[in-house]
Amino acid sequence: MSQPLLEVKHLRVEFPTRRGTLVALEDVNFDIAPGEILGVVGESGAGKSLTGSSIIGLLEPPGRIAAGEIRLEGERIDNLPPDRMRAIRGRRIGAIFQDPLTSLNPLYTIGRQLVETIQTHLPLNASDARARAIALLKETGIPAAEARFDQYPHQFSGGMRQRVVIALALAAEPKLIVADEPTTALDVSIQAQIIALLKRTARQHGAAVMLVTHDMGVIAEASDRVAVMYAGRIAEIGPVQQVIHQPAHPYTVGLMGSIPSMESSRERLLQIDGAMPRLNAIPPGCAFNPRCPKVFERCRHERPDLLQGPATRAACWLLDPAGGGVR
Amino acid sequence: MTALVEAFDLAKVFDVSPPWLNRVLEHKPRQYVRAVDGVSFTIRKGTTLALVGESGCGKSTVARLLVGLYEPTRGQVRFDGLETQTAWHTAEGRALRRRMQMIFQDPYASLNPRWTVRDIVAEPLREHALVSDSAALTERVSELLRQVGLAAADMVKFPHQFSGGQRQRISIARALATQPEFLVCDEPTSALDVSVQAQVLNIMKDLQRQRGLTYLFISHNLAVVRHVSDDVGVMYLGRLVELADKSTLFASPRHPYTRMLLDAIPDIGMTGRARTPVQGEVPNPLSPPSGCAFHPRCPHANERCKVERPALLEFKGIRVACHAVMEGRIDAAA
Repeated sequence: MSQPLLEVKHLRVEFPTRRGTLVALEDVNFDIAPGEILGVVGESGAGKSLTGSSIIGLLEPPGRIAAGEIRLEGERIDNLPPDRMRAIRGRRIGAIFQDPLTSLNPLYTIGRQLVETIQTHLPLNASDARARAIALLKETGIPAAEARFDQYPHQFSGGMRQRVVIALALAAEPKLIVADEPTTALDVSIQAQIIALLKRTARQHGAAVMLVTHDMGVIAEASDRVAVMYAGRIAEIGPVQQVIHQPAHPYTVGLMGSIPSMESSRERLLQIDGAMPRLNAIPPGCAFNPRCPKVFERCRHERPDLLQGPATRAACWLLDPAGGGVR
Repeated sequence: MTALVEAFDLAKVFDVSPPWLNRVLEHKPRQYVRAVDGVSFTIRKGTTLALVGESGCGKSTVARLLVGLYEPTRGQVRFDGLETQTAWHTAEGRALRRRMQMIFQDPYASLNPRWTVRDIVAEPLREHALVSDSAALTERVSELLRQVGLAAADMVKFPHQFSGGQRQRISIARALATQPEFLVCDEPTSALDVSVQAQVLNIMKDLQRQRGLTYLFISHNLAVVRHVSDDVGVMYLGRLVELADKSTLFASPRHPYTRMLLDAIPDIGMTGRARTPVQGEVPNPLSPPSGCAFHPRCPHANERCKVERPALLEFKGIRVACHAVMEGRIDAAA
């Protein structure tokens, strides 16, 4: 494999509060190759969006990166001063957020917003920037792009707005695209169009994509590899087929079983009892141990790192030959 | 099995005209949205009818019409043989309200944050004067909480002390308080995480089996619908386009819109498959297309579809509103 475009190593994010420090992300490790789509799944509060905002350098204070490093094309970006990070954001990292309405300024035409973004990052004059903006709108599948150029966000439907946001993210041909729940606010038929668009742009521009979503179907459809997050850590990571069909971590097994499928017709869904622990009450040992059907003594004291399983890597003592667990 | 709920030609028109002054000064016309336009179906006792469709297709309006939160502009609803629109205003109506309850989408907005769980769950019991003394009320509330997998000790807590899934269980406990026969569930799991969604769906199925409940289940998630329903109605711009039993609908969808919807859902079983690209978007309900509302997006549309609106007709055991299906222009295998 070529050099990864994005490397995240031992990332730890903390929120200092009056009652002590909350560790929201701990020891998160992954990388993404050029042209690859990495899906990040997990339930609300697992830390998937936080991972995304750490990478684009938009962590909400008082949250801060306490340890670890983030490298883009080999260069460390997690400790850059805000103005240097600003130059990278938009130019080398494009971001797509969940709600297309709040990512666009309602007072400016979409053309003006696109041209502004393009001219901030690329040395183009006004007419070239306009031509490029229209080309981008066409590429993202907006019909009558020339006429739409001078319209305001409220004149666009939800799916069309999300296309504009994608066009904005692609404006400076970034190497990395962080897409945080890009299809969650959309209807299924529109969702399918947006996923196809994301996939196509990743392939055509050779951009690495980090796709954050809670929808396993979207991940299965779009991504090459998938990381499953639980309580601020990566529970399992591997190629998408293997994670779905031969999951090693009991949490992934439960998560896959709880999704109603279009194919199987089980009477009852598999259910994981309980809920994800709060950040201030993460149990010792493996964070999943109170809900785990295969828990054994070691899980309650010792936290597992990612271990090599049959097809994927999972943070579970069951994968340790000397672990003493029963699979 | 007998029908518990029947809807005949149900319609709801909302007046969305600009204010009077604007109409006078700017010569703007009155505007109406036909949110629901002639929907008929029956729900058999002890079964689940699911309504699916994209946002703005009128599925939530149907739910609200059934429980009497909206008054229909046209058509009627029968519950257990009783015409509800006139019944709401009589003594029978009060009993009727006890027999149907609703579960809403957002468990954060549908529980009063200043009430304890005991107050919330006991409200329908008090309102309908089903239980009078306080000790019996506490007893009944703790029984209801246990049924949905919560502890009796939870009743002194406030909604903010619970997670989303637990709150939705409180909503279910409240809906079950009056021992209803019919539950209208408007996207009950859309706001929940998948593992929590599985818990709530399992509780709903168990309750249906134990008590013979009848559900109207509204969702935009076809995989969830396939899991919970017996019959499925597909809605598009205020009308039913296809109504069939679950297995038929998912195995051989007839209406082009149903096919498109089924094609569009990303499913974990179908990794990496090429999808049929879906074109276009739902039109503006203020100015729906002429003829069949789906014709601008439909690959099978012809001249007839542009001018004549298809009715929901019987076709090989299911009901479908499509000229192309009726004329045999779409073969079942395609």
